[in-house]
Amino acid sequence: MNEQHTQHPHESKEDGHGYGIYILVWLGLLTLTGITVAVAGINLGGLTVATALIIASIKSYLVLTIFMHLRVEQTAFKVFVIVALFFVIISFVLLFSDYSFIQDSDV
Amino acid sequence: MSIPAPFTGKTEHEAHAHRDDIASRMGMWLFLFTELLLFGGLFFLYSVYRYENKEAFHDAARELDTLIGAFNTAILLTSSLTMALSIAAIQKNKKMLSVVFQMITVALGLGFMINKYFEWSLKISHGLYPKSEVMLSLDHGEIIFFGLYYVMTGLHGLHVLVGMVLISVMTNFTLKNIINRDNYVKLEAAGLYWHLVDIIWIFLFPLFYLIT
Repeated sequence: MNEQHTQHPHESKEDGHGYGIYILVWLGLLTLTGITVAVAGINLGGLTVATALIIASIKSYLVLTIFMHLRVEQTAFKVFVIVALFFVIISFVLLFSDYSFIQDSDV
Repeated sequence: MSIPAPFTGKTEHEAHAHRDDIASRMGMWLFLFTELLLFGGLFFLYSVYRYENKEAFHDAARELDTLIGAFNTAILLTSSLTMALSIAAIQKNKKMLSVVFQMITVALGLGFMINKYFEWSLKISHGLYPKSEVMLSLDHGEIIFFGLYYVMTGLHGLHVLVGMVLISVMTNFTLKNIINRDNYVKLEAAGLYWHLVDIIWIFLFPLFYLIT
């Protein structure tokens, strides 16, 4: 085993990913799904959408970092993903600021 | 011409292949960003129309079965687990275990699609399909809801199908040892795609099934 490992020096960081962490994350994801469904039954008014989106974001974060290995990727990958997500969020913010402005001026 | 072996840590023959796993994964991530824009655009549409037709969206969403939606969410999350486990297995040089995990992933994808088939058939049998009489008699906002429902879950379903084909090809590669302990970047790329499809569903599920 040791001999094989010296031949794959880049693999040491990936060895940190046993099966266990994936199963833990999977259990976490299922739990969060259960929470989303349970919370949807309660009327939180305007907070309902926000709660659903926050839980979905936490789930996505787990998938991105653990399942998609972002946690052990080079920094460049993380920067790219953050920039991509930043622009999607910016688009949403601009869309809604523009949209609500049009709505207001119509009235 | 050849890169000196000590530089790459590989034999001269291997150095000729110009393999760059990091660049391959980066390429896959860049592709995933275009997918983010594709679905992002649809989510923009959804959010504006929902903002305009709050009540109609809530009423229309009652037609959707939360139980099937939650069940399908669990199926996709589990398939993401088995996908991740198949890569962990190949890293540990457990070829057949990796193959089994890949096959379970494809089987779960199939299960997801079968559920989708029953779900859509039920809606179509209720007369809820584009341009049907039942559909046209609905409120304008509800028509938009079902339009978005069919387009977004349909496009997502198409991605699930593509992912299933991709993973099956990877299973074939693994059996032929093209994918092995030392070279599994193809499997990683297919995995990244599969996980992205999972993430999109993570957002589709609450936005369509849980707004009643």
